[in-house]
Amino acid sequence: MNLEELNATATSERLARAKKRHHIHVCVGTACQALNSEQIAKALQAELKQRGQSHDAEVKCVGCPGLCSLGPLVEVESRVNGQATTDAPEEDRRKSVLYQFVKPEDAAEIIAHLDGEPVKRLETPLDQPFFTRQTKIVLENCGKIDPERIEDYIAAGGYQALMKALTEMTPQQVVDEITRSGLRGRGGAGFPTGLKWGTVAKADPNAYPTNVPEGIQSRKFVICNGDEGDPGAFMDRSLMEGDPHRILEGMAIAAYAVGANHGFIYVRAEYPLAVKRLRTAIRQAQRAGLLGNGIGGTAFSFNVDIRLGAGAFVCGEETALMASIEGGRGVPRPRPPFPAECGLWGCPTLINNVETLANVPPIIMKGADWFASIGTEKSKGTKVFALTGQVVNTGLIEVPMGITLREIVFDIGGGIPGGRQFKGVQTGGPSGGCIPAQFLDMPVDYESLAKVGSIMGSGGMIVMDDTTDMVEVARFFMEFCMDESCGKCIPCRAGTVQMHRILTKIQEGKATQRDIQILEELCDMVKHTSLCGLGQSAPNPVISTLRYFRDEYEKKINGHHKSKPNGLSD
Amino acid sequence: MPRTLTINGQEISARSDQTILEAAREANIHIPTLCHLDGLTDVGACRMCLVEVSGSSKLLPACTTRVQEGMEVRTETERLRAYRRQIIELLFAERNHVCAVCVANGNCELQDAAIAVGMDHVRYDYLFPKLGLDLSHERFGMDHNRCILCTRCVRACDQLEGAHTIDVMGRGARSLIIHDMNVPWGEATTCTSCGKCVMACPTGALFKQGSTVAEMVRDADKLAFLRAARDRKVWNV
Amino acid sequence: MTNPLPPLGRAAGNGAATAKPDDRLVSDKRYKIIEATMRRYGYQGHGLIEALHSAQEAFGYLDDFTLMHIARTLHLPPSKVFGVATFYNLFTLKPQGAHTCVVCLGTACYIKGAREVLAAIEAEYDVKAGGTTRDNQLSLLTARCFGSCALAPVLTFDGETIGKVTPEAAAQQIAQRMMAIRQAA
Repeated sequence: MNLEELNATATSERLARAKKRHHIHVCVGTACQALNSEQIAKALQAELKQRGQSHDAEVKCVGCPGLCSLGPLVEVESRVNGQATTDAPEEDRRKSVLYQFVKPEDAAEIIAHLDGEPVKRLETPLDQPFFTRQTKIVLENCGKIDPERIEDYIAAGGYQALMKALTEMTPQQVVDEITRSGLRGRGGAGFPTGLKWGTVAKADPNAYPTNVPEGIQSRKFVICNGDEGDPGAFMDRSLMEGDPHRILEGMAIAAYAVGANHGFIYVRAEYPLAVKRLRTAIRQAQRAGLLGNGIGGTAFSFNVDIRLGAGAFVCGEETALMASIEGGRGVPRPRPPFPAECGLWGCPTLINNVETLANVPPIIMKGADWFASIGTEKSKGTKVFALTGQVVNTGLIEVPMGITLREIVFDIGGGIPGGRQFKGVQTGGPSGGCIPAQFLDMPVDYESLAKVGSIMGSGGMIVMDDTTDMVEVARFFMEFCMDESCGKCIPCRAGTVQMHRILTKIQEGKATQRDIQILEELCDMVKHTSLCGLGQSAPNPVISTLRYFRDEYEKKINGHHKSKPNGLSD
Repeated sequence: MPRTLTINGQEISARSDQTILEAAREANIHIPTLCHLDGLTDVGACRMCLVEVSGSSKLLPACTTRVQEGMEVRTETERLRAYRRQIIELLFAERNHVCAVCVANGNCELQDAAIAVGMDHVRYDYLFPKLGLDLSHERFGMDHNRCILCTRCVRACDQLEGAHTIDVMGRGARSLIIHDMNVPWGEATTCTSCGKCVMACPTGALFKQGSTVAEMVRDADKLAFLRAARDRKVWNV
Repeated sequence: MTNPLPPLGRAAGNGAATAKPDDRLVSDKRYKIIEATMRRYGYQGHGLIEALHSAQEAFGYLDDFTLMHIARTLHLPPSKVFGVATFYNLFTLKPQGAHTCVVCLGTACYIKGAREVLAAIEAEYDVKAGGTTRDNQLSLLTARCFGSCALAPVLTFDGETIGKVTPEAAAQQIAQRMMAIRQAA
């Protein structure tokens, strides 16, 4: 498919869409699907057919619109005036109604009310802060397009950025654009994406000995890290399920920029729906000539394979992930050399997280300046968070960098349920920390989160109320790290076991002050001596809870030593 | 091209393809190691050789970090000593390392390291997992309770002998050295009984049958000898 | 001859060859599926994990025979294949029960009471997490987050996601499903 054909497909799709007065979107993300949303879609379709309204309305299965706690969600988008048009402002003349907790039995009522007043008992307002306070870039298509139809993605402007990069820009210009945008890695550490791309682009594929398997024609690689392992995080899952072509497009642009002809998407096997949709998307893109040889009529070739994880958290670490793709134990190795110089099979390799790559197409289309205008000075753009725990609205949100925690938890999240008090929010999963109430007005960006002892992480945000036992939270994460340690380096393998034992002793009321001292020393040692990010960050939940909730530890110590005030006591 | 760097303030020169560890050894500066063995590739796993390098916020393993021009390396700071001590303590607590009843007593790198870092007691809980003792091989034995999972035997078997009879199963604290598909050593059909794994072992985990307490003498230097002979046709006798 | 495998029974390189492939490889059609996966990767070592996925899916677990077959076909050391198979949580070396229940112990589920849910199921079926009931009907496993946190606490029964479970209702929901399957059969 070249640019003209791409535009033709987009126009005919939009035209076909404009002919229908009503568009009914049913969420078929993992959470809604578990609540039977596919049955709802079928019931709605059957009802339309029965009423002879199929020509006027369509039912579409879409990815996650975000507000999972009210699921299954159905959105009805209707044209206000009677005129069908293909002009862009079409969207403006549409009004939307969102229905919550929909059951298949509700189908008849929803269809019957298409032309009249919405079904009041199911309606949930679209002007609530959960929706109005978000800024959607990465998730703009999630909940809008059918993830299993490439045409739907193309109609939404998909693959235009890839065409623009391939036909109007040099690889260097693409790298420069990403660099200027200020985009940073969304997988956790926040490394500048443009810098990484530039390093891979410049890297010499012959600098290190290589052993690329037969049948793979590439001397550089692009890897999409979809091994979303943090418990409580499901941003990447929703993206892969809801807008898989977006990720492929981002990868293809990255490959063009760095000079790679082969890519891998490494996905957790625990995400079967994401794997299925990505496989479908790859097949469709290959058939459309948007992946494979001579993409869009240019000389550029790029193929993508999916590799499944097999239940190892450590494989989110880039060198472990590459070892796993090579077919081995997911064990990390020391860096340098960094993957950008010596990665998969010894070749220069670009590894980016799912969300990072999903940011690429809009940056190419709308420009670096547009992207850099969103967010804070050092953290540009938006961040997707999975908001869960003791909060009213749980689900997926996308907010501009720099928003405060208070806005996220109390405006978008709707506050704490059951009249309880907010106690803290845990970001960054097992590698992150617990942030107490005193920092609610802190802006959410890479530097601020690091300053209070947590990390941005991949985007899990778990809200905790005053019933939460913080020592137990620390013990929970330590158990996680202990079980997930690969066992290669001693500090992580043996240190996590000892830290977990001390935390268990504290929980059982068998610990002394000395145990806390030994625990703190171990935290410091494991953090600074472990080989990879897993071990280096494993102590973080303990360090941050000791820093802000030390009184809870002390209360559990033998003899009930006098506790220090909550907060920065040391 | 030669590189000039300082280690503990002492100016030394090294080749650009040398690691900090190699450069230090040539200059007679001792950096402790456990998973490193001359003749095998380095994996940076034991973390004993971590050093401080000016300009780097992270501690770097001397065994896998290449020297750079103007590098300022410190190998004996208070902090590094404390970390090394803790690492040794963790190892002693992890499995069973009672020297008094060990075949390697007096010839053990773990014991040497413990003495060098001044580890006189262990502050952590002794875990003492009851792991197996494999005496099924006619000439060699393996006591998993003495194993520190340095993987020197795995690498010796793979890189020097080429058999790859030995690997690691499981992960984390449940990791275990295995022969073939976790069969008794004596039944491992790929094993050539060459004994290189036994030469490579830093502790009393791998031993010659018939050795009793403190009898097990190592000849780990043979592996470096073999490597030079195989790769470079140089026989360093 | 389309089968490029060295026949089983020929030990690695010592020449004790038998011309006939092992009966199990011929009679059990499931080996064809694993074979197809290995072929897709050109019988190269980097296809090992995909081959193990295939085998795990076909048999429900990985036995020594299958692991050795994969090692031979991909020309990998048996110790490496065993090391990889035991590194990853999703691979199991023991047969599973007729049904599988996986309780999510991710953070969101954990703070919403997943541990109590697990304890209730353990008590009801007299099985510990990671084990299988004595009648081989139910394997009880735990997971580190399905990414369905909005439904916390979550469990899956034979792949079906059940959200917002309570300790009181969980065992019953499982029993109902097992009953329904038994009746259908």
